[in-house]
Amino acid sequence: MPEYSVIGKPIPRVDAKAKVTGQAKYAADYELPDMLWGKVLRSPYPHARILNIDTSRAERLPGVKAVVTGKDFGEFKWGYLPTTRDETPLAVDKVRYYAEGVAAVAASDEAVAEEATELIKVDYEELPGVFDPEEAMKEGAPQVHDYVKNNMAVEYHWHFGDVEKGFSESYLVREDRFRTPRTTHGYVEPPAIVAYYDPGGYITVWPSKQSPYFIYRHLAACFKLPLSKVRVIQPFIGGGFGGTKNDTGTGDWCAVMLSKKTGKPVKIVYSQEEELVVSRRRHPMIVDIKTGVKRDGTLVAIHHQVIADCGAYTFMSPLSMYLAGCLTTLPYKLPNFKHDAYCPFTNNPATGAMRGHGIAHTRFAADVQLDMIAEELGIDPVEIRLRNAIENPKPGSIYETINKVTLKTCGIKECIEKVAKDPIWKEREKRKKREGNISRGVGFSSASYLGGARLMGHQAAAAVIRVCEDGTINLLTGATDAGQGSDVVLCQIAAEELGLPIEAIDIKRVDTAFTPVDPGTYGSRVTVLAGQATRKAAAEAKQQLLEFAAQTWKVNTEDIEIRDGKVFVKSDPEKSMPFGRLARIACYSGTGAVIIGRGYSSYGIQPMPTTFENGMGNAGTNYSFTAQSAGVEVDMETGQIRCVDTTIAHDCGRPLNPLTVDGQNEGGAIQALGQVLYEDFIMDKGKTLNPTFLDFKMARSTDVPNIKVMHVITDDPDGPFGAKEASEGSITSTPPAVVNAIHDATGVWFKELPITPEKVILALKEK
Amino acid sequence: MKQVKLTVNGILYELSVQSWETVGEVLRDNLGLTGTKEGCGLGECGACTVIMDGKPVNSCLVLAAEADGKQITTIEGLAGGDKLHPIQEAFIEHGGLQCGFCTPGMIMSAKALLDENPSPDEEEIRRGIAGNFCRCTGYTKIIESVKVAAKNMQEVK
Repeated sequence: MPEYSVIGKPIPRVDAKAKVTGQAKYAADYELPDMLWGKVLRSPYPHARILNIDTSRAERLPGVKAVVTGKDFGEFKWGYLPTTRDETPLAVDKVRYYAEGVAAVAASDEAVAEEATELIKVDYEELPGVFDPEEAMKEGAPQVHDYVKNNMAVEYHWHFGDVEKGFSESYLVREDRFRTPRTTHGYVEPPAIVAYYDPGGYITVWPSKQSPYFIYRHLAACFKLPLSKVRVIQPFIGGGFGGTKNDTGTGDWCAVMLSKKTGKPVKIVYSQEEELVVSRRRHPMIVDIKTGVKRDGTLVAIHHQVIADCGAYTFMSPLSMYLAGCLTTLPYKLPNFKHDAYCPFTNNPATGAMRGHGIAHTRFAADVQLDMIAEELGIDPVEIRLRNAIENPKPGSIYETINKVTLKTCGIKECIEKVAKDPIWKEREKRKKREGNISRGVGFSSASYLGGARLMGHQAAAAVIRVCEDGTINLLTGATDAGQGSDVVLCQIAAEELGLPIEAIDIKRVDTAFTPVDPGTYGSRVTVLAGQATRKAAAEAKQQLLEFAAQTWKVNTEDIEIRDGKVFVKSDPEKSMPFGRLARIACYSGTGAVIIGRGYSSYGIQPMPTTFENGMGNAGTNYSFTAQSAGVEVDMETGQIRCVDTTIAHDCGRPLNPLTVDGQNEGGAIQALGQVLYEDFIMDKGKTLNPTFLDFKMARSTDVPNIKVMHVITDDPDGPFGAKEASEGSITSTPPAVVNAIHDATGVWFKELPITPEKVILALKEK
Repeated sequence: MKQVKLTVNGILYELSVQSWETVGEVLRDNLGLTGTKEGCGLGECGACTVIMDGKPVNSCLVLAAEADGKQITTIEGLAGGDKLHPIQEAFIEHGGLQCGFCTPGMIMSAKALLDENPSPDEEEIRRGIAGNFCRCTGYTKIIESVKVAAKNMQEVK
């Protein structure tokens, strides 16, 4: 076991003090002199042709400084892939979803801006809409876009091995249909931006973005500027989890265009209702899954067909459909696998990435169905998982799945064993099964998630370590801490590598004028990729410093160690000096040395050995594994379900900061619990009827179970200090654990999320 | 416009406010106290919680005109100079925050709870912060932080 000074310690976040004192500034907290307020006018129809937009009355309102419409953006279109650029900053000739942006106003204050939007007259010709993905795929359905037939935004068909042969050789074959809900990220901070397009032709923005280099490139493309003239200064981010804050949104495009028109800074802050109506929500999916097993429960073949509601624009759907299939071959051995994915356009709000992206849907279906199979075969849920679990590859060897996902470490067996020994599972028979109306149950699940995503496009992650003459460090990366805690982890990595205490490291938030480019915070990539870059940058700076120490003491650099801020000769610890002194020697040596270490991730820049069309290969750098148990209480009279306790065993390679890793596991589990029990947007012809936190029903402090997190350490060779991902495992493992527990309590298999009291009562009546 | 007197973090302000302006808006826009966050403007998320005459309130739901003569404490008024309040200390040490956006409101709710009930049990803590949404932490470490803060504050007394 390696001995670390800083790595593996539960060190508080480096930004915690700013956050508990109210000093941390988020996008909406920024004010600039002469700043205007912007507001977006949104469509009252889900599908309509725009015949005319008359802005004259709005322009005449005192206080209004500018109005923009889709035409101001010229021919500019954007999208996730070069082939799917189907979206404009504001709708031009047609609106395709309810509340799509149509125009925007900048005015002296927010109230005037809002009043002005109401004075814009838009003539629409309503068009028939389509709101159900299965209807959208039918011949003759209303067409959302002209450039694809039958609304089919994304369609993939992969086949590895031979599933038909597998089914014919199986002892038992089960087919089930599962549904996942319309849910969303639910960050408490609504999206916001302050934008300034100065007359010199520079754009500066302070946006709430977890991936600031997306908007950086988008603005350069949209406004035809070189990247050197686009500056994204990153405020604190009030939660991300994917979605609207990942990418450029209507408010962002409009704030910049309004600033260009007026020559003044413009601020746009979405209302929370606006965000919940138009958020790039998670794809609701219908998962038809067919699984064949041997008599002993060994998996032989899985074929799943996924129908996902794309919403009105393609956006990230190619990736979502890819992710919905690529990890079905983890965490269990699976020799035959087929994935058919359909993602049709509808006139519902556009969808996007959300924590657990794609994988959470199919893992939920597969892991609940595995419990159904176990029940049919009379096998214990833990036993069937252990029989199928992938073994931890021996050091130096690699496990490869049928679709060529490769693992160097896999702690799933140990995770399952740990959770099986934990009291929730081990003592489940001791729980009083029935007490009055309350029926109790316990469920089990396993899952896997990718870490260090490298999903096409630019993936390099870099870091710069600058040694100050007093021995403190400035760490610059393009990585973003949107709340997950990566800033403290990157500081720990730098401190460990340099042999310094954490207090010596100062990390800066992204400023694209100074920080090295980075893809963003998604796909659990920051610790793995920016972490590797930081470690290499620190090592390079350290090597430069060691040269000066070696000269001073007339020894070789290899003879010197730096630990806890002290530099010393290993064989002669008498020869020592504080790190700060070495920094001064280096900086004042007369050579003009400036100590700057540079590092970049070598994993991120490897091209992905796959395409979305063939589903083959690694989308991640390495893979986390999770096993989980959950205990529930179901009120058999009211249908209310309470998850009372849950235990998670997580193989994140090595928890670089257990406090942060535990927090990620807990947060992911509760976000998932919301999807299992509470959250669902209720839709009426494309309109979201419950766009408030209370009606959307996010979990509150009184709803959450006691959570225990345990670590399984596998030290992955492809992660910095052995690390893999830590934030998306539990959002993937929680739904099947809870659903399996509800079955244990009620005897009913629920296949549609969320499992509301109404569904419970109806199912119990039917039983 | 209406003239109001508000005592915020111990400082008396005489302000002209519009009849529709809320305490939250006045704190953020007029006084520059942006530590108080606006998450929903509907009294649902609790991010804008401040303590008014000893009670936690959603500052987005209280009109500034109604707050005339009141004592208000915001997150900026919690620490005594460089010395953080024990609740702030506990949130830092025990991971009671992630993105930090709900944190000011969460801490103010916790303070109001502990002012009234210095040794709450877990259920009382959960109820005490039930008006504050947090999407990052799953509440576990927040509940733990409040427990630790209560214990530390008792020991100081």
